[in-house]
Amino acid sequence: MSLNRPIRVLIAKPGLDGHDRGAKVIARALRDAGMEVVYTGLRQTPEMIADAALQEDVDVVGLSILSGAHLALVPRVRELLNANGMGDLALIVGGIIPEDDKPALLAAGVQAIFTPGANTEDIARTIHEIVDGKAAPA
Amino acid sequence: MSLAQRLLNGDRRALARLLTYVENEHPDGEAALSDLFGHTGRAHIIGVTGAPGAGKSTLVTALAKALRAMGKTIAILAVDPTSPFTGGAILGDRIRMVDLTNDPGVFIRSMATRGSLGGLSRASRDAVRLFDAAGYAIVLIETVGAGQSEVEIARIAQTVLVVEAPGMGDDIQAIKAGILEIADVLVVNKADRPGVDTTVRALKLMLELGHPALRANIDSHHGRMVAVTPQPEAPNGNSAFWLPPIVQTTATTGGGIEPLIAAIERHHAYLRESGTLATLESRQINTELHERLRELLLRRLLDALPPHAIEDAVARIQRRETTPHEQIAQLVDAEQQPRL
Repeated sequence: MSLNRPIRVLIAKPGLDGHDRGAKVIARALRDAGMEVVYTGLRQTPEMIADAALQEDVDVVGLSILSGAHLALVPRVRELLNANGMGDLALIVGGIIPEDDKPALLAAGVQAIFTPGANTEDIARTIHEIVDGKAAPA
Repeated sequence: MSLAQRLLNGDRRALARLLTYVENEHPDGEAALSDLFGHTGRAHIIGVTGAPGAGKSTLVTALAKALRAMGKTIAILAVDPTSPFTGGAILGDRIRMVDLTNDPGVFIRSMATRGSLGGLSRASRDAVRLFDAAGYAIVLIETVGAGQSEVEIARIAQTVLVVEAPGMGDDIQAIKAGILEIADVLVVNKADRPGVDTTVRALKLMLELGHPALRANIDSHHGRMVAVTPQPEAPNGNSAFWLPPIVQTTATTGGGIEPLIAAIERHHAYLRESGTLATLESRQINTELHERLRELLLRRLLDALPPHAIEDAVARIQRRETTPHEQIAQLVDAEQQPRL
């Protein structure tokens, strides 16, 4: 089942990354896939991201992390989302994520991980699948 | 507990979810609005509009910060355009509003226009009502970057700020009808830039051309010009008409924000003391009823027409067998025939 309304996605950059080229490319690609993308800019704390996700009532939060701090930042965002009653909100991560770290992130409640070179159409399709899967009657 | 009740109890998640329902025309949104309508009518609704790049988001942020420092709670509705080609949108106003995050006294919601023209989304009016019912003292609405005819904001806001910046248009732009006529306060932002004097002068000229005693209001629904009868001077010597002040700001540094807040408060006081607030609201409700009726009747008409009625009419008009006017008359008649 697909929704008759645009999917809302928050794209956020936690931590101290110096640029957000990748996040902007993704934001644009998702817009071109018909989604409404809330983009919050650089250097966000996990608290700021969870608060923005709450106010914007998005379907998906996408975190872009290049700095290597993903093992600290991602579980913290998940924790705050859960604490704010958004346990069912999908979390995806993109950026420089070593293969070895992926299981830990998936175990921490991340639905999908994308690394450099990922096809933007695949990302959009994955988001559609995650949101449609949730919306479908159980 | 219902979402409406949770909203009244200050639950931000309930507010966020109801905003989504209202935006998606979910039936629960309409039901909640009915429950909450009695709690609306208390917030000061301020619209911020102006050309793309004039500094609306930065100004809204600076205003919100200063108003927060005065202890007021603030909701912000930031509207950005939907792509007409893909239906998607990038909502980027939060980038400039970073200083306002993690403050429980501020609630920011980004909204896409979803095909609606005029600088706002269809759901904007009801979103403002939800903020109002949730008890935010001030609702700031930031429109999409607007040109000369995006004046929808005047149908929702009580105080409209039109933001200009130096070097964005010559004085001919400034005297064009439209956006400047809806301004209650004119803001010349980026006042640290060269050319600010020229911009202020052009705006002053525009204001003088529209002498207050001759100012006409655009009849909100029909777009006709309606002459306003000049009021006799009020006993305190103030004219009953509001002459929009021009305020210079440098939103990036907070320069000029205090005088701007003073101007906004003066306008709010004027609205209340002159009785204009009630007139404004009744006009806005009148417009809303017309809009909603038009939409409902159109939908009913289209639903009631036999299948392909419109397509058939288009084909006949294209073959020059009939005219658009004749076809309209026939379509309306067809809908009114009782079908057996």
